[in-house]
Amino acid sequence: MGLMDKDGFLTTKLDTLLNWSRKNSLWPMPMGISCCAIEMMSFAGPRFDVSRFGSEVFRFSPRQSDLMIVAGTVTYKMAKVVRKIYDQMPEPKWVMSMGACASSGGMYRSYSVVQGIDLFIPVDIYVAGCPPRPENVLNALIELQKKIARNEK
Amino acid sequence: MKNIKQKLIEKLKENYGTSIESVVEFQGTLTITVGKEKLKDICTFLRGDFDLYFDMCKDIVGVDYQRPDFRFEVVYNLYSIKNNFRFLLKIKLQETDLHIPSVVDIWPGVNWPEREVYDFFGIIFDGHPDLRRIYMPEDFEYFPLRKEFPLMGIPGSIPLPRK
Repeated sequence: MGLMDKDGFLTTKLDTLLNWSRKNSLWPMPMGISCCAIEMMSFAGPRFDVSRFGSEVFRFSPRQSDLMIVAGTVTYKMAKVVRKIYDQMPEPKWVMSMGACASSGGMYRSYSVVQGIDLFIPVDIYVAGCPPRPENVLNALIELQKKIARNEK
Repeated sequence: MKNIKQKLIEKLKENYGTSIESVVEFQGTLTITVGKEKLKDICTFLRGDFDLYFDMCKDIVGVDYQRPDFRFEVVYNLYSIKNNFRFLLKIKLQETDLHIPSVVDIWPGVNWPEREVYDFFGIIFDGHPDLRRIYMPEDFEYFPLRKEFPLMGIPGSIPLPRK
């Protein structure tokens, strides 16, 4: 972006402008499946306050959200539901895989738990931790914003 | 007044002496193993007897021992609120005959625990009103808590959505 002092107008690329508005209003779809969801609530609450980054509007409808936070253990039975909700979200959409279970199956090395949600949906950012601290989730959100600003998918 | 534990053992031995296989007490928990032919009668008796009055079947658990003399065990966790007393009733099952009478008509609350044991071990509860899988998908073909089932499951047995 370039700001012209004298004449008071702004030049930019359309993509950059769109990405700037997208990254600063990432409305999350809280796919809270297990204990990571508690940390996700804390991340949304007043103490860690995700509204500083424009993501305070948790929409419980996939139709109105941009970012799906998969917070918890995804079983094979639940995978179909997660995929369905992902499919219902309008483009552009991003996925955050929050915690060890969603990213790799975590401690549930078992026949019933999907060993990482990237086996059935594309993931943009992974958050380590079991469960991750809210600061860690905030950090992931900021990294995701950088990624959106770089126009990566 | 007699101890409820002694009373229970005495009454069972008096009425069903031939079908009681063993009476063991370990660390304060009484375990009585009985033959499965008399299971229904024994449960009806335990539920209905005014002194014993085992009015709760807290849980039903399956165990896979994979021993040469028997394969599975079904454990009934019975509790009497009136006497504040709990004991375990065990049934041993051979691999060749996985049928066991259902006790849903005695304790209606065991409907789902029996479905759970069926889901994980494939033990068939005769007379159960609705014996379907409860946790695993309906079209799943295996019994995952059996010893021969691999830890990570059988690849492709539960399909994932396309990516």
